[in-house]
Amino acid sequence: MTMKREITVTVNGKQHHSSVEPRLLLVHYLRDVLDLTGTHIGCDTSQCGACTVLLNGESVKSCTVLAVQADGSEVTTIEGLAPEGSLHPIQEGFWEKHGLQCGFCTPGMIMASYQLLKDNPNPTEEEIRKGLEGNICRCTGYQNIVRAVQYAAEQMRTGAAEPVGAGE
Amino acid sequence: MGIAAMLGSPIKRREDPRLITGHAEYVDDIKLTGMLHMAVLRSPYGHARINNINTEAARNQPGVVAVYTAEDLKGAVGDIAVAVPLGQMTEGMGIRKPLAEGKVRFFGDPVAVVIAEDRYTARDARDLIEVDYEPLPAAIDVEKAMQADAPLLYEQFGTNVAFSMHPPTEDIDKVFEQTKADGGVVVKERIVNQRLAPVPMETRGVVAEYHKAHKALTIWSSSQIPHLLRNILAATVGLPQHQVRVIVPEVGGGFGCKLNVYPEEIVAAFASMRTGHPVKWIEDRSENLAATIHGRDQVDYIEVAATKDGKVTGLKIHGISDLGAYSQLFTDVIMIAFGFPVSCGAYDIPNIYLSGDIVFTNKVPTDAYRGAGRPEATFIAERAIDLVARELGKDPAEVRRLNFIQPDQFPYKSAAGAVYDTGNYEAALDKALEIADYKSLRAEQAHRRASGDGKLMGIGISSYIEICGFGPKGTAPVGLYESARMRIEQSGTVMVYTGSSPHGQGEETTFAQIVAEEFGIPIENVLIMHGDTDSTPEGRGTYGSRTTAVGGSAVYTAAQRLKEKMKQIAAHMLEASASDVTMEDDKFSVAGSPQKSVSFAEIALAANLSNTLPAGIEPGLETTVFWEPEACVFPFGTHICVVEVDKDTGEAEITRFIAVDDCGRQLNPMIVQGQVHGGIAQGVGQAMFEGVVYGEDGQLLTGTLLDYAMPIASELPSFELDHTVTLTPVNPLGVKGVGEAGTIGSTPAVANAIADALGVAHVDMPFKPENLWKVIHQS
Repeated sequence: MTMKREITVTVNGKQHHSSVEPRLLLVHYLRDVLDLTGTHIGCDTSQCGACTVLLNGESVKSCTVLAVQADGSEVTTIEGLAPEGSLHPIQEGFWEKHGLQCGFCTPGMIMASYQLLKDNPNPTEEEIRKGLEGNICRCTGYQNIVRAVQYAAEQMRTGAAEPVGAGE
Repeated sequence: MGIAAMLGSPIKRREDPRLITGHAEYVDDIKLTGMLHMAVLRSPYGHARINNINTEAARNQPGVVAVYTAEDLKGAVGDIAVAVPLGQMTEGMGIRKPLAEGKVRFFGDPVAVVIAEDRYTARDARDLIEVDYEPLPAAIDVEKAMQADAPLLYEQFGTNVAFSMHPPTEDIDKVFEQTKADGGVVVKERIVNQRLAPVPMETRGVVAEYHKAHKALTIWSSSQIPHLLRNILAATVGLPQHQVRVIVPEVGGGFGCKLNVYPEEIVAAFASMRTGHPVKWIEDRSENLAATIHGRDQVDYIEVAATKDGKVTGLKIHGISDLGAYSQLFTDVIMIAFGFPVSCGAYDIPNIYLSGDIVFTNKVPTDAYRGAGRPEATFIAERAIDLVARELGKDPAEVRRLNFIQPDQFPYKSAAGAVYDTGNYEAALDKALEIADYKSLRAEQAHRRASGDGKLMGIGISSYIEICGFGPKGTAPVGLYESARMRIEQSGTVMVYTGSSPHGQGEETTFAQIVAEEFGIPIENVLIMHGDTDSTPEGRGTYGSRTTAVGGSAVYTAAQRLKEKMKQIAAHMLEASASDVTMEDDKFSVAGSPQKSVSFAEIALAANLSNTLPAGIEPGLETTVFWEPEACVFPFGTHICVVEVDKDTGEAEITRFIAVDDCGRQLNPMIVQGQVHGGIAQGVGQAMFEGVVYGEDGQLLTGTLLDYAMPIASELPSFELDHTVTLTPVNPLGVKGVGEAGTIGSTPAVANAIADALGVAHVDMPFKPENLWKVIHQS
């Protein structure tokens, strides 16, 4: 058994001190140690993006980050995107526009959309499709995901709600 | 929106809040006290003899609880279930043990499992198992596997062919000769439907928990078939059915690949029974690509005969279905039972000849993948029509129109065997042509060709039909009914327990719409429960686009039965005769006196609480319905695809995709459109990008999502959708089914567009740049 390492990570605003194996993946840390199972594992090789979370405000694929690399960082997962009982405009968009079916890729898709809209608050359809290239959905054909992001962009532009997240 | 407008409205899905907030519970989210983790050691060879397995080092690893091989399973668990064994399979050919015994027959074949305290330890220990393999030549190409000198998967049978049907050809030969004598044409082609991986975003997974004291096994599995899994698993591990409970939690997509009982489900159950601990196994993506069933993989030799006007007189198909190494539940019958009966497609083809071979190869088993047999059959029919059009120099839209089964011909018995319920194929074609502005597209194409444009423009049409809503009595080894248990509580809440098992299709919403509409109550007062075999009545599961047609009809019928009972109670409360009671919205009143009424809520309360119900009326409002269809349903539509192929690079781009689908009555158009979008994406995926590739030695070359190319957002256009509505008399809702339509209809539309762009008779999929570049630069 490898020697464990102490880490401190703030996840969704809450600080956690943990003792982890150096090889533990951030996604396993979130899911298995912190019980934040909203972040999913879809491919193991960083193609599908189901595990996307925000690390210090930037989206990362948490299957390709070690938990020890997140030491001292702030992480936002799907559970922390909006305060309990409310929805972030991106979440609203996915619901309004039927941007999900089985829902497995959805948390990662929403977190990737967050980054996309942070970088480009007024994206064209082409820019949305390009911006979500790192996330695979097998159910929707992406058309309603594009609409969901457009809906969220509109909501966020009109200031109906501000994005919530670590490092903001 | 009024309550009465519930059915047919694009109501937002009630499933979504838990899914968009990360609070849904998939199987990997389940944690139980004392839970152990299973890792599976798989064959690194396509075909090899197992001389010895040494598990000692793995067993001695700290944290390892057990290691099992086929030796440990002997006498304790049965073989993998096959629904309808054909030919040599009845003698044991292709019948699979949960862990490989004596030989491994495909890359990824499970050989041993490690049960350990955590998943990292289980994997570490898996790497310590030593297997002495003697590699054997592999049978990979299905046509080579049929030859006399091919390596044999099952030596004792002397062949890899499990079953053949080659009826005499005299009759069809006469038709073809006569057609030629009359000045008609005969066109031949070899058509390949390449092997695909279903790739639901959630891989397979299972948690098995055995309670020794109760001798009761609970299985959480990412499955499309809770009851079938319960029944088959109980038989396989030797427990009475009532001691096995299956719970299907949230499922992250299935597409047919979770319509099976897999070795890992059985071995995890066995491991829990042996260790007394809950055991979890979650497939990783490489395992998913290597060991979860694949789809398609069929080679067809076709000949089509047509008059000089383009009327098809006969179609000859010889199909070869690549089964892979073993038979799973439906592996052997996909082509013969689900493909062949719809080989004539939407066309009134008077003569058809169907022959086939089903063949074992050293690859993972094939089985149902979105469409299952129907995409292959449709691909042939749609390509055949285009081959005739090309040969005769006619417009493919007009050749379709000439051959369509006409609306007054229904119910229509096809020469291929299926009896079609209803259809109006020309209306869907016309609508799609209009949306596409087909004439202008053809004019643009002619202009661009004449001007030597570097982009080759192609237009492809596919007027598909499909068969779904399985299935009528006597058509399968077991009844393919669906069920609904409905209870109206004293609060007025309607609890519906469905035997169907949705996994992304949104039936918690559409089924609730049916109930809300029937009772005139708010949809919030309806709860749809599914997936737990302890609370839901026996059902057959969600696959084959059958859930709304069959499961929805069970829900509808249950509502009618309770409505009748409510009328009796209303009659008592209104001091009238039940036959005089009518219902409007949620009010029951005597016909002609609407001012005096009792509400749904008042009757619910009275039925559950009153002790003054008249004699003959049982308290409570609860019923269970098993609804079995009398016939199948046949959705249809026309898809049109426009492509541009770069002459210099071979790169193809879909510039437009138009889909006009007819799935009968639409209960929730938003959900229908979502199904069509996703279906088209998967059909386009087959045409443009996807394909499982094995090396000649049996190595899997598409073992991660880096190598297996699924469509991403930037590779797909925005689809242009419309629909027609042709009701079916087969079920009380008038619904057909839409889960697979997009996949079935879209692939041939793309293939026809590519052949049109390149000006050739046929190009095999996937249409990757290198493949198209070769075709362009050969001609």
